[in-house]
Amino acid sequence: MTRDEITSGLAEILEEVAGVNPDDVAEGKSFTDDLDVDSLSMVEVVVAAEEKFGVKIPDNEVQNLKTVGDAVSFIEAQS
Amino acid sequence: MSHVDVVVTGLGATTPLGGDVASTWDAMLAGRSGVGPLTQEWAGQLPVRIAAQLAVEPSEVLDRVKLRRLDRSEAIALIAAQQAWADSGLADSGLDPERLGASVGSGIGGALTLLAQDDILEASGPRRVSPHTIPMLMPNGPAAWVGLELGAQAGVHSVASACATGAEAIALGLDMIRSGRADVVVAGGTEAVIHPLPIAGFSSMRAMSTRNDEPEQASRPWDKGRDGFVLGEGAGILVLERADHAAARGAHVYARLAGAGITSDGYDIVQPHPEGAGAIRAIAKAIADADVAKADIVHVNAHATSTPVGDLAEIKALHRALGDHPVLTATKSMTGHLLGAAGALESIATILTIRDGVIPPTINLDDPDDGLDMDVAANKVRHLDVPAALNNSFGFGGHNVALVFTRP
Repeated sequence: MTRDEITSGLAEILEEVAGVNPDDVAEGKSFTDDLDVDSLSMVEVVVAAEEKFGVKIPDNEVQNLKTVGDAVSFIEAQS
Repeated sequence: MSHVDVVVTGLGATTPLGGDVASTWDAMLAGRSGVGPLTQEWAGQLPVRIAAQLAVEPSEVLDRVKLRRLDRSEAIALIAAQQAWADSGLADSGLDPERLGASVGSGIGGALTLLAQDDILEASGPRRVSPHTIPMLMPNGPAAWVGLELGAQAGVHSVASACATGAEAIALGLDMIRSGRADVVVAGGTEAVIHPLPIAGFSSMRAMSTRNDEPEQASRPWDKGRDGFVLGEGAGILVLERADHAAARGAHVYARLAGAGITSDGYDIVQPHPEGAGAIRAIAKAIADADVAKADIVHVNAHATSTPVGDLAEIKALHRALGDHPVLTATKSMTGHLLGAAGALESIATILTIRDGVIPPTINLDDPDDGLDMDVAANKVRHLDVPAALNNSFGFGGHNVALVFTRP
């Protein structure tokens, strides 16, 4: 799976869970500062991403995933 | 005893009869029933397969992402509160948020969320349980969301007194303003528990009508053929405001909330006191609190849920507390029983009766019970000048709440 494919997969999740416009989702964007994803929605994003990409994202890893790009890199490395 | 005057300056509701106050009121005056068959697959196995479901789904009003975080009872409380707030004209009035409170209760709470998330827990394990579960099922959720939406900072409260909840929440709002803790309180009740578990629970108590083949005739307060209440869902919200505050901003005033009486039976967890002692005291206290004479109360919007025992116990209590002159109605004949929202929705009906001089009908009252020896607006609206009216609500646990509304 390419980084672009992972990004667009995350964009779908973010739209579903938090109503984020998919056009706004890019690797440089911060989940909290740019996309307005709060902590409870972030939990939903993580669980949905685990399911979608078949990976495990431990809770202690989630705090390091500040941007969409951080998440893409983590998922890319796992899958 | 003299009090700070409190008036009603905004109304909001979403009910089995309509998505707002105007459509609900029109349907009531037309004598329409909001009860229908439960067509969900789960209903097939239940002894009760009828209910009064919302006329307008919350998804038609609130956006999808917001709804993900809201229990159905919270969503409809929010919808009703938004309507009431817009109706009050307070949005751009410069009201200090520290003078704005909320008092919104529910009889049962976020049961739909609790049960849905338990299904997920059983089927998919704890990690799949939504992080929104707790704020969706907590009993203070509806009050908290309404307070959040409006920025209320004078205190957000959630009364729980079963089927008296909506009325008690309004009584608490009255207290908040009278005691100087707030100038405006958004107050009312909400309930959304149309699900097999609550239905099975009430049904095991033999409290619900099983007239499954005639849903629109199932809720029939005071009729000989009544066989229990019909579960309804919905929310009703009032904006209560200190009268001089409303006057200063030239607000439209629907009615005065003149007084409230709250008592507890101390008798049984579900049965009303056989002589209606607690109800009689609540009515007497409300009248004294409102400083009106018994004779002034010419109309009562009764609690009357269509149960064999409760309907007549209330009649006895009204006789003792008021005399036999008021004209009664039971709007639950049309809306079903909205449990924790009932007292709020019926307060709205009482207020609009005062405004319009018309009492909505008690439908399905074809063969009045022999114990019904008071005048009821049976099957047809009754035109009557109503300067003051009473709204009764009683709840499991022995809660009795009576509210008196008067013409402003």
